[in-house]
Amino acid sequence: MVSTNRMSPTVEAAEITLRDCFLAGLAGDAAQYRAFLEGLTGHMRAYLRRRLPKAQDDVEDILQETLLAVHNARHTYREGQPLTAWLHAIARYKLMDFFRAHARREALHDPFDDEHEWIFAASDDEPANARRDIGVLLETLPDRHRLPIVFVKLQGLSVAEASLASGMSESAIKVGVHRGLKALAARLRGDA
Amino acid sequence: MKTERLIDMLATDGSVADHPAPSRRFGIAVLGGIAAAVVLMALGLGIRPDIGTVVHTAMFWIRVGFAVAMLGTALLAATRLARPGVTAAPGLAAIAMPVALIWCLAAFVLVHAPEGSRLALLLGHTWRVCPPLIAALSAPAFVAMFWAMRGMAPVRLRLAGAVAGLAAGAAAVIAYCLHCPEMAPPFWAVWYLSGMLIPAVAGSLLGPRFLRW
Repeated sequence: MVSTNRMSPTVEAAEITLRDCFLAGLAGDAAQYRAFLEGLTGHMRAYLRRRLPKAQDDVEDILQETLLAVHNARHTYREGQPLTAWLHAIARYKLMDFFRAHARREALHDPFDDEHEWIFAASDDEPANARRDIGVLLETLPDRHRLPIVFVKLQGLSVAEASLASGMSESAIKVGVHRGLKALAARLRGDA
Repeated sequence: MKTERLIDMLATDGSVADHPAPSRRFGIAVLGGIAAAVVLMALGLGIRPDIGTVVHTAMFWIRVGFAVAMLGTALLAATRLARPGVTAAPGLAAIAMPVALIWCLAAFVLVHAPEGSRLALLLGHTWRVCPPLIAALSAPAFVAMFWAMRGMAPVRLRLAGAVAGLAAGAAAVIAYCLHCPEMAPPFWAVWYLSGMLIPAVAGSLLGPRFLRW
């Protein structure tokens, strides 16, 4: 599978920088976590645009879905594992989901045989418009999921403040954010 | 929502301090699954009356050891399959080891058995009910293992489901050992394994549906 010694110097540098940001983010450093997400977004966008020459309109959607997936799965990263391998597996999983859902022609000529086409090989910071609006999907979530996300994640309130503002308990706020983001990912896939 | 805004949203708090450790999730699932299987077995089938004497025999512990080894290796594979980017091969190879060992033991017993007794060693008295009973006992563990797997991020859903099901089957066999009167390794090598394979196949069928994330 993926091993560190096959990385080019560019990829290796990206791996180290992004991993440091990611680990600091997991430990609670929000600024570092943002740097990780921004770095990942650039690389992932370039990767998806390369992988999906005939579905450029879908790139931003898959990108957003992948970002949400990476965030929701962040507890499954094992320290010491190459971050690239972990991210790559998630990106492939989400791409495969996309192909299955759309049964595109691209699915026929094995778009997944890209072990050496690294996510980190290039970066693209020109966003396109997403076709599905996560903000609109967020509105469709039940209050126990929506309110914690709106207060904590969008308005930046602390858990205690969100608890006061919503009348929910602090633990319900934390659980609501966690489950709400998973529910949002399910809506994005069109599951629920 | 623009991607920039999504990043804002996700970055507000990325820390994972509140997440229960993945290994704990699987631990809870397995212990709960075994406990539930033991209760079901005791209530529905009954512990074998001679359990007090049979626990002093080596064969009893070899049988339990086989079930525990299947559970341990299936769990190893499950925890690997639960994480993106981790190769499953070492876990799958580990599962093959207790299977190979029990088959070697079964072959040894069959080869050395007197002519005419081999079929009896293979079929015992309970071969018809053994696999379905194991499958039934595995139901709570099956649900628990799927719950644990759902909390992770498997990318090979069929395989993750199959291995979760196999672990549930092995948990059920541990409980079934306290009931089952069959003491011949050839019997275990065929029917216990078949019993474990039922939830494993069910898991591979249900994985793509229930483990998506």
